[in-house]
Amino acid sequence: MIHMRNFWVVPLTLLVALMLMMLPLPPWARPFRPDWLSIVALYWALAIPRALGIGSAWLLGLLLDVAHGTLLGQHALGLAIIVYIALRSYQQIRIAPLGQQGLIIMLLLAIKQSIVLWVDGAIGRMPANIPLYYAPSLLAVVLWPWAFIILRDLRRRYRLS
Amino acid sequence: MQPLFQQAAGLTLRLLLLIILSLLVMTTDHRFHHVEKVRTAILQGLYPVHYLVNLPADAAAWLLENLSSRDMLTSDNTRLRAENLSLRARQQQFDALANENVRLRKLLRAAAHVEQDVLVAELLAVDLDPYRQQVVIDKGSDDGVYSGQPLLDAQGVMGQVIEVAADSAVALLISDPSHALPVEVLRNGLRAIARGVGRADRIELLHIPASADVEVGDILLSSGLGGRFPPDYPVARVTEVERPRGRAFARVFARPNALLDRSREVLLVWREPRRGATADIPAELVPTAPEYPTPQLPDGDATTAEGRQ
Repeated sequence: MIHMRNFWVVPLTLLVALMLMMLPLPPWARPFRPDWLSIVALYWALAIPRALGIGSAWLLGLLLDVAHGTLLGQHALGLAIIVYIALRSYQQIRIAPLGQQGLIIMLLLAIKQSIVLWVDGAIGRMPANIPLYYAPSLLAVVLWPWAFIILRDLRRRYRLS
Repeated sequence: MQPLFQQAAGLTLRLLLLIILSLLVMTTDHRFHHVEKVRTAILQGLYPVHYLVNLPADAAAWLLENLSSRDMLTSDNTRLRAENLSLRARQQQFDALANENVRLRKLLRAAAHVEQDVLVAELLAVDLDPYRQQVVIDKGSDDGVYSGQPLLDAQGVMGQVIEVAADSAVALLISDPSHALPVEVLRNGLRAIARGVGRADRIELLHIPASADVEVGDILLSSGLGGRFPPDYPVARVTEVERPRGRAFARVFARPNALLDRSREVLLVWREPRRGATADIPAELVPTAPEYPTPQLPDGDATTAEGRQ
């Protein structure tokens, strides 16, 4: 593990993201809930590659699996894979303009959702409306710049690097 | 700083290990339920998070309770008093009927219905996966909740508990596609299996022959077959019967009685009295049924009954 003052900020933001994943929403809004946990996890993987390994991403995914009542390992697998991609190519993604980063994040989230969907299909419980299923990934394009700015300010304030 | 490529190779290896681990865990969870303990432990760890997420809803309820006007409380009180009176009147009748039932069953030498124990639980304001019909309740193994326990609301059967932590539990609703419930039609006792379709206002009856006697408006009760749900609780009302030409099976849909997406308070049912459980309702408030003398059967009764067959 890394030694860093103020490292607690990273788990704290992840905890807040997990809570946002469970916050009650009106039924019509529930399919649109952004994947906050993956967005925050990807931010830390890109900003401080040592802060979040794929092992921790996998464990976070397990937490989400239990919190969401999905098959144990479904989100874990997806999150580990996209954090792996982020860690392999953070140097390229980091220098992209914010808007393009949003598109890359959308792609990564769509990969994760596809993995989760693939498992759902394998156990015979495909959602009825597939385009709607990908709505959270599309929303990430709009949300990423805001999440990025908030988390970057946090990172700078607590001098994490 | 490590050399970049060596780092990347280690990363890929770890990813491969994690992928294999994920596949193993998913298969075990889906097929054998061996990782139930892991799930329970994580659910237990999530309790503080559940608590925090539920806090705003709790606070709102508390505020509403404390800021409600005197008028509202008085009208509520009057309504509840009236409701209580009518329920008590019905309860008296029910007690008499229950006693009569026990006596008749004794005459028939049939097994008596077991007494059931209930506990009121509250749903936590916590969302789960939008494509799964599950809820979190605020009672767990500390209150004697067990996996597979039936869950009801005031209107009918809601679902069953699937995961239990110390202070919370996750329940699967009857509207989830992976939930099947043995039911029977009240009118004629026709048995069927009701399965969820992923919507709170709809369940489907499986394998109903096209010639079966099912009509729109029929009431479905839990049949108690399978031993998981108590028999004779209302489940749903048939809303749609379709008999496609040339098909052996009819398509039958029903609307659950329980308010699956609205109920906040739910009832947990035990098939037998809980061990060491503290009663929710003080004993003096529970109406006790008058004891009827059980009829003494003459010794020859059973033999004559057998002789007639």
